[in-house]
Amino acid sequence: MKAIRFTGLILFLFSLSLFLASFFMGSYTLTHEIFSSIVKPEHQEMLRNSYEFDRPYASGITFVNHLKKGIDEINVTARAEQRWGDIIYDDYVSTLTRASATGAVTENELLFFMLIYVVGTMGALMFILPQAKLAGPPGIRHNHIFHNALNNRGWLGMLSGTLLVVFYILLYFFPAYITNWIIIVNPVQKLLNPSASSGQWFLYGFLYTFAVIVMGFRMLVKYRHSRYQVFRTISVMFFQLAFAFVIPELLVRLNQPYFDFKNMWPLDYDFFDAWHINMLTQSGGLGIFMFAWGITLFVIGVPVFVYFFGKRWYCSWVCGCGGLAETAGDPFRQLSDKSTEAWQIERLLIHGVLVFGVIMTILVLYNFFGEDFYFAVNKWTVLAFPAIIGAGLFFFHRKKFPYMKGGKVRNVIVGIVGFFTLGAAFSEVSVFAKYMPVDGNNFNFSSGNIRTMYGFMIGSMFSGVIGTGFYPFMGNRVWCRFGCPLAAYLGLVQRFKSKFRITTNGGQCISCGNCSTYCEMGIDVRAYAQRGQNIIRSSCVGCGVCSAVCPRGVLNLENQNEYGRFNQPISLGNVNKII
Amino acid sequence: MQHIVIIGNGIAGITAARNIRKLSDDSITVISGETDYFFSRTALMYIYMGHMEYRHTKPYEDWFWEKNRIELKRAWVSSVDFDFKKVIFSKGGDLAYDKLILATGSQSNKFGWPGQSLNGVQGLYSYQDLELMEKNTRNISRAVIVGGGLIGIEMAEMLHSRNIPVTYLIREKCFWGGILPVEEAKLIDRHILEHHIDLRVEVELKEIIDDGNGRVKAIKTKNGDTIECQFVGLTVGVHPNVDLVKDSPVESDRGILVNEYLQTNYPDVYAIGDCAQMRNHLPHRRAIEAVWYVGRMMGETVAGTITGTQTKYQPGIWFNSAKFFDIEYQTYGTVPNQLRDNENHFYWECEDKKKCIKIVFNKETNIVSGINLFGIRNRHEVWSKWLGEGKTLDYVVKNLETANFDPEFFKRYESDIQAQYNQQFPDKPISIRKKGFLEKLLT
Repeated sequence: MKAIRFTGLILFLFSLSLFLASFFMGSYTLTHEIFSSIVKPEHQEMLRNSYEFDRPYASGITFVNHLKKGIDEINVTARAEQRWGDIIYDDYVSTLTRASATGAVTENELLFFMLIYVVGTMGALMFILPQAKLAGPPGIRHNHIFHNALNNRGWLGMLSGTLLVVFYILLYFFPAYITNWIIIVNPVQKLLNPSASSGQWFLYGFLYTFAVIVMGFRMLVKYRHSRYQVFRTISVMFFQLAFAFVIPELLVRLNQPYFDFKNMWPLDYDFFDAWHINMLTQSGGLGIFMFAWGITLFVIGVPVFVYFFGKRWYCSWVCGCGGLAETAGDPFRQLSDKSTEAWQIERLLIHGVLVFGVIMTILVLYNFFGEDFYFAVNKWTVLAFPAIIGAGLFFFHRKKFPYMKGGKVRNVIVGIVGFFTLGAAFSEVSVFAKYMPVDGNNFNFSSGNIRTMYGFMIGSMFSGVIGTGFYPFMGNRVWCRFGCPLAAYLGLVQRFKSKFRITTNGGQCISCGNCSTYCEMGIDVRAYAQRGQNIIRSSCVGCGVCSAVCPRGVLNLENQNEYGRFNQPISLGNVNKII
Repeated sequence: MQHIVIIGNGIAGITAARNIRKLSDDSITVISGETDYFFSRTALMYIYMGHMEYRHTKPYEDWFWEKNRIELKRAWVSSVDFDFKKVIFSKGGDLAYDKLILATGSQSNKFGWPGQSLNGVQGLYSYQDLELMEKNTRNISRAVIVGGGLIGIEMAEMLHSRNIPVTYLIREKCFWGGILPVEEAKLIDRHILEHHIDLRVEVELKEIIDDGNGRVKAIKTKNGDTIECQFVGLTVGVHPNVDLVKDSPVESDRGILVNEYLQTNYPDVYAIGDCAQMRNHLPHRRAIEAVWYVGRMMGETVAGTITGTQTKYQPGIWFNSAKFFDIEYQTYGTVPNQLRDNENHFYWECEDKKKCIKIVFNKETNIVSGINLFGIRNRHEVWSKWLGEGKTLDYVVKNLETANFDPEFFKRYESDIQAQYNQQFPDKPISIRKKGFLEKLLT
């Protein structure tokens, strides 16, 4: 058994190394043929002189840099001379790199796929499954989690977090560099839809599903004694595999719009984008149905299901982000911050994102139905405004921040500096300028710009780079807890109109802290349990782990009559209770 | 405004402090030599096993105390001058009080075995014990645990988590034989063996052998076996820590004697939690109850009396819980290890031999007096009500579903239990619970 595990680990590490090594493999040669088949005729003249043809590049990075440089130079000149029509927006870098790639990976897609994913899966499962026998009888096995370099922010955690962050940055912003990785999953793309070839988002969807499934097995082995956990895990594995991965690809194969039936606005923030509405409404009956389905889900589905079951029906049973968090993220659940401070930041951030998302959508729709929405604001006003709000927030809430020992003045300064920095981050000196164009002394607010900004800040940075990349640093629900606007919406319903609560069992709590430690949402469950108070928190995703790890059988997830849901703290045992 | 000094920052002392703060504006000082902040003693094992770190076991964030104006003082108290109302610290200095609450907890028992003070021999009660155990169990090849009780099995689990082979000596016929009836105890015995603990029942420790350097090398049992080991866990129970009142005007027996208001014989001195011994305990309770919940309830109660509302300590039904490796245990009411003359029991055990319930009831009246549950969770509230109202066995078995507290989708055993009841007690049959649609679908 142990030998199987060891072999599995070796196989998995081999696959992982090969995956990382494949990043550097191959050579790249741009030919005239490739160039003229990909680049639009009007751009060919402009770009032709920037590129060296038929020169083999041994490094993908250099190759991509050269391609980028050529386009950037043209765009910079065009902007300077205000020749707006000459700016190139097409993503030639990715397509040209893809077409120019030669070498081991390109010639042996399938072999690489087998060695990385098939062998990797085998290795991972060989490592995971024997635990059913080796780790002893079914039960909670959290031994040595806080002694472990991966689970407790040790070197292994830091390393994997860094790798994840780098991966996300490459995936979202520089996909051309990971051309080899994209090519390797092409056999699966062909299997699902022979007429397509894999792109960055297919790679992402594949890796995501791969992680959910493989780590889902780990979850099934770990919690085999808890049917709640087993059913829930099977559910997220199913929804990720079928709804998020296979069905959308099959839809495209059948010439239907790409659609994930379980995703919904406001998490799915491009649902109301003009191109998306147009695509759905112009795709016949099924497209119209998809559009109506998407709206029904969040208008009726959310309130009704949350009323009966709590937000868990989505967040820990269906959702893809939740699915990844509950499977691949499970080893990191104990890293979420349980402090009151973190809770305050959480509420500010998540509801802020919800407001931002709603405003953004309204503007986008306004633009879709009416005229363009546009106004320009002086740069300094934009910077000053959040600074004033920040200073005010810290001033009026200073008592709620007991950990901030400084006086009023210090808090106000912190507020101003903090928010000014945030504002400055959008100024022309930063990378944000690309997403928030500055024209002279003005910020140009248009629905398009705001939509782009949302996509960049929330959609890519927050949910991806930070949301998943920070698993090993801040726990597996960073996005769900601090950023997801849909979670905020589900949470509001759960807090105010739902049958769901976690009940505490009389006076049995011993304040040990397992529940709080293993709450991925950073809820201090024990604070409620030791008072005998029901846990009703908008953030609770109902994963049920607090109940599973409780050594005294104190916690239970229940859907019951709304009456008495917000109970007075009662811990039983004392007849003559005076308080 | 009076100054209330509490010695001991465990659950009893801290609950008293918190509740006094809720009821009054008195100044409060909590003294402890053990740790700076209140932590959950019951979670010590999880720190050793790596489930948590020390910081996770603190139920309140560190700013809580200052915010609630509860002064925390880190010091060991060497004695108390009861006449002059002063607490004297071992490192010098003293602190005057108006009212004193003694919440000094327990100490581990040691029964005068030869070698019991050797290095590598210890109990497990305090944070310092945990640190010592961390040190004592490094690079050892076998550990022996003496004493079949809650701390003993916890220690076995702790050592097992570090892959240290454990020999577990139990004086009784089976685990926790002084408390558990034999069926339940056997169930736990099997589970201990399932975890590869070398369990030896009806074996007593005779002596602990020195390796020549003041460290344990082996132990000898009373049947003459010698077991080589580098660590000995002495977990043969605890006794109240009465050091501070010995040779003082405050009366003590095994514990510090208190009346129903938790007052000692000496004015303005109170004792709560593990260290307290009730002069007149309620019939369904014991004079000394060294459990978490009692500490908490006494802390709640004493706060009333101290702040001017004379409040009797009136605990409700007995309840307790524990976890033996993977098997959870809950109990409500009184289930003696041996039935008394007028008692009978109803015992059901699951096919997997890892879950069971035992209900004890009066032979004549059929009124239920208590239940033990293993591997099944039940509601405290429901049992408190049933036992308070004197429900009979048939009522309880028929309505078991109401008391169930297992997570959703867990296999439910009420119908099995009811079927067995009908077989055993055919003269008072009950209707058997029907499975719901989803349940049938999923089980």
